[in-house]
Amino acid sequence: MTVADTVTIDQLVDWLGRFRSLVVDNQRYLTELDSAIGDADHGSNMARGMNAVAEKLETPETVDALFKTVGMTLVSSVGGASGPLYGTFFLRIGTTAGPVTVLDGSALSAALRAGLAGVVARGKAEPGDKTMLDAMLPALDAFDASLASGADLADASAAAFTAAQAGRDDTEDLVARKGRASYLGERSAGHLDPGATSTVYLFQALAGALGGLPE
Amino acid sequence: MKKLINAPEAVLADALAGIAAAHPELAVDHDNRIIYRGTPTRAGKVALVSGGGSGHEPLHGGFVGTGMLDAACAGEIFTSPTPDQIQEATRVADSGAGVLHIVKNYTGDVMNFEMAAEFAEAETGVKVASVVVNDDVAVEDSTWTAGRRGVGLTVLLEKIVGAAAEEGRDLDSLAALATRINESGRSMGMALTSCTVPAAGKPTFDLPDDMMEIGVGIHGEPGRHRVPLAPAASIAQQLVDPILADLDFTGGPVIAMLNGMGGSPLIELYLMYGEVAKLLEKAGVTVARNLVGNYITSLDMAGCSVTLLRADDETLKLWDAPVNTPGLRWGV
Repeated sequence: MTVADTVTIDQLVDWLGRFRSLVVDNQRYLTELDSAIGDADHGSNMARGMNAVAEKLETPETVDALFKTVGMTLVSSVGGASGPLYGTFFLRIGTTAGPVTVLDGSALSAALRAGLAGVVARGKAEPGDKTMLDAMLPALDAFDASLASGADLADASAAAFTAAQAGRDDTEDLVARKGRASYLGERSAGHLDPGATSTVYLFQALAGALGGLPE
Repeated sequence: MKKLINAPEAVLADALAGIAAAHPELAVDHDNRIIYRGTPTRAGKVALVSGGGSGHEPLHGGFVGTGMLDAACAGEIFTSPTPDQIQEATRVADSGAGVLHIVKNYTGDVMNFEMAAEFAEAETGVKVASVVVNDDVAVEDSTWTAGRRGVGLTVLLEKIVGAAAEEGRDLDSLAALATRINESGRSMGMALTSCTVPAAGKPTFDLPDDMMEIGVGIHGEPGRHRVPLAPAASIAQQLVDPILADLDFTGGPVIAMLNGMGGSPLIELYLMYGEVAKLLEKAGVTVARNLVGNYITSLDMAGCSVTLLRADDETLKLWDAPVNTPGLRWGV
């Protein structure tokens, strides 16, 4: 196994740090998207949550400890629907990864899949409902397909980022069936989904941490 | 944005400080943002815990006290409280007889209360039952939406079930009563203006001077239709008709609430109540009790909502029972 085929705790901490920066830098944009079809708080909620995560992130010894802290911090600081959804995502990643210090591609994939399953269980959304799932599912599909074709983690994470963006863009035409946007019915079409948009930052951050973005 | 605030990020903490100053009979946990009654839940009494995003005052913190809630969790503006907050309120309010969670049907609120109930039962063994209020006829209750929203009926439900809890009824019968109240009430709201969330700093939606939004929620979510501004009599009709079309309110006493969204003066709310009362009389609906004022608001939004609840002798007796909270007070 080459170095490029594994991800260390430091890289996972870097992932979270990059996610925080993207969320904080774009919080006004996320809130604007949420004003159109939701309740105008997604950016400020996610920024508050990731800032709280950053304060709690010492260098953990194992991957499960890292993500337990992240998940519980988000659950207890974000509120709204994003708190339980992102919180459950990271909690499941941690329990699936277990008390290890390094993940290979298949272990990272399994952990991310478990996170996705947690989001589905908590939110009861299906693909096409105009939610974060519409960016997350294609991202993980692309990540797995890329690894299966022999790509390294850098390229696989870049493919996931690209697929997440396409998934986010596709939410523009969708009619929301979950969350507050669903109250609008047809009027929810024509707007990007805020949750799918913050999910793109999650995969942009992962690609950055795994060397999948041009520096 | 012109608001009576120090800083957008300090609104909730500063408001809780004000509630504590104004109501020494309540106990405010500032760290966890929970409002409790000043005295612990009496042994054997089921505790009622509610909560939700802030910005709807007096709901929910203003309904803590004898005859209504035992504790209320305040989330950020329009954002559900978090599971650890709700779990703490549940733990502290429980007297051993169990806790009823009163949850408004919003995706975030339902998820956070669900997680809190899971955590509370697993970690502290508190018995928790939940009722999810979903009375807003503006939203189609189908598998294609998150379901009808919880709005004005929440106020009436907290009052009636709160009175029943004071009588010493057990958790299961209170949950059953709450479910029955929820099935017997409907609401519909409208907005003349948007609200402005402090953190956003500008109105959540644009609404031209000559237009109004019918079927609006309590978070500045746009409504079902945007229509030209009309006289109060016509607005009343547009609120009452969909409620009466959804549920039969004839043949028994009804409790009616004309609620202000926060930015409409009381004179307009009374004017609207007059129009609503005329329409109800014409439709053969007997209003036995009414409530007019700002009870479940949407920050500074101008507008109102109508809530009707089918009542019977039992619910009227519970409605008339003494209540002593910052937001509702009679019989004491």
